[in-house]
Amino acid sequence: MVSIRPGPVTLGGVVLDNHLLLAAGILGTTGSSLNRILSLGAGGVVTKSIGPDPKDGHAGPCLVVLDDGLLNAMGLPNPSKEFVDEITSLAKKPVVVSIFGGNPAEFARVACWFEGRVAGFELNLSCPHAEGYGAAIGTDPALVEACTRAISVTGIPTWVKLTPNVTDITSIGKAAERGGATAIVAINTVKAMRISTGMRRPMLGNRYGGLSGSAIFPIAVRCVYELYEACNIPIIGCGGVATADNVIEMMMAGASAVEIGSAVYNDAKVFETIKAELYKKDGITPLEIIGCAHGQ
Amino acid sequence: MDNNLSDAVSILRVKEETSLIRTFVFDRSFVFSPGQFVMVWIPGVDEIPMALSSENTITVQKAGDATSAMFALGPGDRLGIRGPFGNGFTKGEKVLAIAGGVGAAPLLPLARADCVMTFLLGAQTEKELLFVDQLDECSDVLIATDDGSLGLNGYVTALMNDLNLGAYDRIAVCGPEVMMRAVLTKVEEKGIAHKTEFSLHRYMKCGVGVCGSCCIDPSGLRVCRDGPVFSGDLLLKSEFGHYMRDASGRKKNI
Repeated sequence: MVSIRPGPVTLGGVVLDNHLLLAAGILGTTGSSLNRILSLGAGGVVTKSIGPDPKDGHAGPCLVVLDDGLLNAMGLPNPSKEFVDEITSLAKKPVVVSIFGGNPAEFARVACWFEGRVAGFELNLSCPHAEGYGAAIGTDPALVEACTRAISVTGIPTWVKLTPNVTDITSIGKAAERGGATAIVAINTVKAMRISTGMRRPMLGNRYGGLSGSAIFPIAVRCVYELYEACNIPIIGCGGVATADNVIEMMMAGASAVEIGSAVYNDAKVFETIKAELYKKDGITPLEIIGCAHGQ
Repeated sequence: MDNNLSDAVSILRVKEETSLIRTFVFDRSFVFSPGQFVMVWIPGVDEIPMALSSENTITVQKAGDATSAMFALGPGDRLGIRGPFGNGFTKGEKVLAIAGGVGAAPLLPLARADCVMTFLLGAQTEKELLFVDQLDECSDVLIATDDGSLGLNGYVTALMNDLNLGAYDRIAVCGPEVMMRAVLTKVEEKGIAHKTEFSLHRYMKCGVGVCGSCCIDPSGLRVCRDGPVFSGDLLLKSEFGHYMRDASGRKKNI
C-alpha cells in the first residue's frame, strides 16, 4: 500500500493536523467529546450540525446497526446558540462548525454566532431526513449557491457537504463553487429504510433515514470522482472510510482529505489506527496520488 | 460491524412493584452482565435505555412519555429490544451495594450473582421500596426511608455511617444523581472513590457510542459505550451531580 508523508494540511482555508477529520453528526454534540476525538488523533473535527433554533430531533429508534453500515434518523438535534459555549475551550483548534438552516438568511444567522471562534464552516445541505432542511434545499442548485454565498461572503472558510441523493451531484458541486465554497465535502448519507419483520414497521422512528458506513463507500468514491472532474476546489471524501487503504482510494478518486464517522462504531481510536498505517516519514506527497485514477 | 437489530419480544406479564414502578417480563432472555442496559423500542413512541433487572426483565419507573406509554402495555404486547449494551459493574468478592428508588433494578442481578455482602436500600416511603424480598434472599439488606416508615429515618447515605467501608472490596451505586453524588462525597472522604462504581443515567439516542448525546464532561466519555458504570475517581471533577444534557444537547442543572 502507498504511504504518505505526515505533516499539516491546509484545506479550503482550514489548517489541519493530518488528513483525517471527524465527520459531522458523530460524537460532535459537546466540546469535551470533540476534544477527546482530537486527542485520539483526528486532524480536525466537524461538529454536530447547529441550526437557528434548539431541536430535540426525531423520536426513536434513531439508529440501526447493520452488518456493513449504520442507518440513522437523528433529526438534527442540536442546542443551537448554546453550542457557542461548548466550543470556547477549543479555540484555535481545527474545529469546523457544521451549520444548517432553511434559507440563506438562517444560515447567516447561525454562522454569525461563531465568527472569530472557529476554523471554518461546513454547510449541511444534505441531511436526508429533516423536513425543510438539509437535502430538502441541497438538491436545488440555485438554493445551494445562495446559501453558500451567504456564508462565504464572511471570508471564513466555507465547506459545503453534498447529498448523493440527486441525479447529478456535479451540478450541486458546481453551484457550491459558484457560491464561493472553499471546499466540497462528499457525501452525506444515502437515503434508506429498513423494516422490522418482527414488529411489522419501519425500524426508524422517522421511518426513513440515512445510510452510512462501508455499505456506501463505493457511492462516495464515485461521487468524489465525478466532482473532481467537474469542480476546481478541493474535495473532502466522506462515506464509509474505515481504513488507510480507503483513504488512499479516496485520494486517488480526487479527495484532498477525508472525513470519518461510522468507523468510530467499531473503533473509537480509528484515527490513530489509520494514521499508523497511512503515514511514513519516507512516504510520498499526497499530491502524487490525489486524482491519479483519472484518465486511466 | 456486527448487525445488532432490535429483537421483537412479547410481554409475558407485568408486575406492579410500587405505585410508580413496574417490572416487564419478556418471552426471551438475554445474556448480560449486571449493570448493562438495553434500548427499548416502544412502537410509535420512542426508544429509551433501560437496565436489565434480570435476564428477561426490565424494571421501569413511570417518568416521561415513553415510560408512560409502556405502562399502558400488557401481556401479548410487543417491544423491540437492542442490546445488551455498556460495561456493567465490576464483580468483587465482598461488594457493598447502595440503591435509591428504581436504582435497585440494575443492582438486583449483581446481588443475585452472590457477591453483595450488604445492600443499602433507600426510597421515599416503605411503599416505594423496590425488591425488598428478592434482595433479602441473597444479601444483608439495610433500609432507609425519607419519611421513616421503614428502617432508618433519612437518606440511604446515612446508613453508610454505621458500616466499616474498608471491609468491602467494591462499592456499587445506582439511584437518583443527587443521592449518588452524596455517596461519592462520602467515599472520597474515606479515600475509596477508586473502588466505588456509579451507574449513570443520561439522555441517549443511539445507545452504541456513535451519536455523542450522552457524553459527559470533561472526559468526553460516552455513558452508553464507555459506561454506564464509571469509577468514582473518574467522576470527582466532572458534571456528575451538577448538570446533564437534554435531547437537544442543552445543559440542565440537576
